[in-house]
Amino acid sequence: MKSFELARPTSLDEAIDLLPKGRGPAEIDDARPLAGGQDILTEMKDYLITPKRLVDLAGVAGLDAYQSAPDLVLGSLTRLARIAADPQIALHHRALSIAAESVASVQIRNQATLGGNLCQRPRCWYYRNESVPCIKKGGAECFAESGLNKYNAIFGGGPSYIVHPSDCATALVLLDATVTKRGPRGESRMPLEQFFTLPSEGSVVRENVLKANEILVQVEVPAPKPGWTSTYLKFKERESFDFAMSAVALSARIEGDTIAEARMVLGAVAPIPWRAGEAESFLAGKPNTHATWKEAAEIALAQAEPLEHNGYKVPLTKGLIQKALRELSGGESK
Amino acid sequence: MKPVQDPEAANQRLSRRSFLKGAGGAAAGSVLATEMAQAASEAHTAEPEVLKGVVQVSFHLNGQPTSVQVEPRTTLLSALRNHHNPPHTAAKSVCEQGNCGACTVLIDDQPVVSCLTLAVRVEGRHVRTAAGLAQGDQLSPVQEAMCADDALMCGFCTPGFAMSVTACLEKNPAASEEEVRRACSGNLCRCGTYPHIFSAALKAGRAMLQAQKGGK
Repeated sequence: MKSFELARPTSLDEAIDLLPKGRGPAEIDDARPLAGGQDILTEMKDYLITPKRLVDLAGVAGLDAYQSAPDLVLGSLTRLARIAADPQIALHHRALSIAAESVASVQIRNQATLGGNLCQRPRCWYYRNESVPCIKKGGAECFAESGLNKYNAIFGGGPSYIVHPSDCATALVLLDATVTKRGPRGESRMPLEQFFTLPSEGSVVRENVLKANEILVQVEVPAPKPGWTSTYLKFKERESFDFAMSAVALSARIEGDTIAEARMVLGAVAPIPWRAGEAESFLAGKPNTHATWKEAAEIALAQAEPLEHNGYKVPLTKGLIQKALRELSGGESK
Repeated sequence: MKPVQDPEAANQRLSRRSFLKGAGGAAAGSVLATEMAQAASEAHTAEPEVLKGVVQVSFHLNGQPTSVQVEPRTTLLSALRNHHNPPHTAAKSVCEQGNCGACTVLIDDQPVVSCLTLAVRVEGRHVRTAAGLAQGDQLSPVQEAMCADDALMCGFCTPGFAMSVTACLEKNPAASEEEVRRACSGNLCRCGTYPHIFSAALKAGRAMLQAQKGGK
């Protein structure tokens, strides 16, 4: 790891002042915010980024809000372990509870923060390899597009084909979370769904709307509407802990034998949490049967564009969708 | 309802006062006078504190007060192994990426990977390693059980597992095998001694419960 100075502001405005004012890649590398450090330190150890200054958010007032369910307010410094252990969150926002618990290991969840989880950088091995000048690092090419792309995107790819690595992001978009960010011009709120950006629409070297001198302040999740339940299913390559190969966040209101309404977000298949809007529309008012689940899965994956090595994600995700629908219908959950 | 403050976050602060106190106590050559002056003037004008160069970090290691002189970039793992006097090698350096758990230590009784923890962040906190589990010649219940159940082959992952198991059982000595497995999911054993580690953990939990009953 290269040497850096550690600034310890106590207010958000001080922290913002200590972050880069410019927008070029060089300026962005001048200083970075530090939350739990569980992702950024791995990047710095591999020299993917070499900031001259880290701005430690641990002592910054206003990032530690915590209001438990049903109306959730989670400051960006909230530890994932705390979210995973909160019985109120498990009761009212089950998808988030499961997603938070599924992140990495006990050790990582004890330090990793919600803000850091949402802003973590992609896992694509071309990005994570110091010697590969890929498009996410300011290079000209996405090597995953025609290279070894087993873990890459089947939706929304181009010019980069990363998938968003955050489990919490998928669950929180499902739960209609709102995010508050703060920069030199003050605070603003937006739906979390709009926080994440596709490489084709936002800056290709970033995954969200945050500028270099903006800080994610908190996430709010509304109380679930009556009758809605949610779940999060994550498929990993190994049992102990891993990033998702595919994930499904699903919520629904089931009335008797009918799926009244449903909402579906797919994870690890696109550069952003991928809302399956057509499947949602299809499910509304349909009989709650195997045939419906199967058709919803087909519809959700109909537009998928697999690369050479990640075609497996299509049937895998279809299976997860059916499993999630079965679970919310009171069927077996495993 | 107003959001409540998280006491954990407040604990994380290395206060300006404690930093200055720590820096003041350092050997004269280790902290440059200019930095001292800068830190002091920053404190005076209420500018944000900036740690650079070499700074002193004071914390408790296995119950004993100690300190190390490190750069902001120094991880707790490196601080213990390479900067502490004498070198404290209980936490093992393996992947350096938070993937293997060999460097697991407890900070304020919570297991963390010391390779992804900046040493300056443990100012004033309590760090426990496998070297602090035994009391004199008396091994801890977890250590006893790991020896008895042959819970290691090469032994390199063992201190990390011992800390994960200890944290799990201190929270709940009646932890089920499923809970032990989850508690250890961040620790990797390349020799594959997992079944022995899990059975040792359950045995240690029973011993701890027994000791609690005996103590009452």
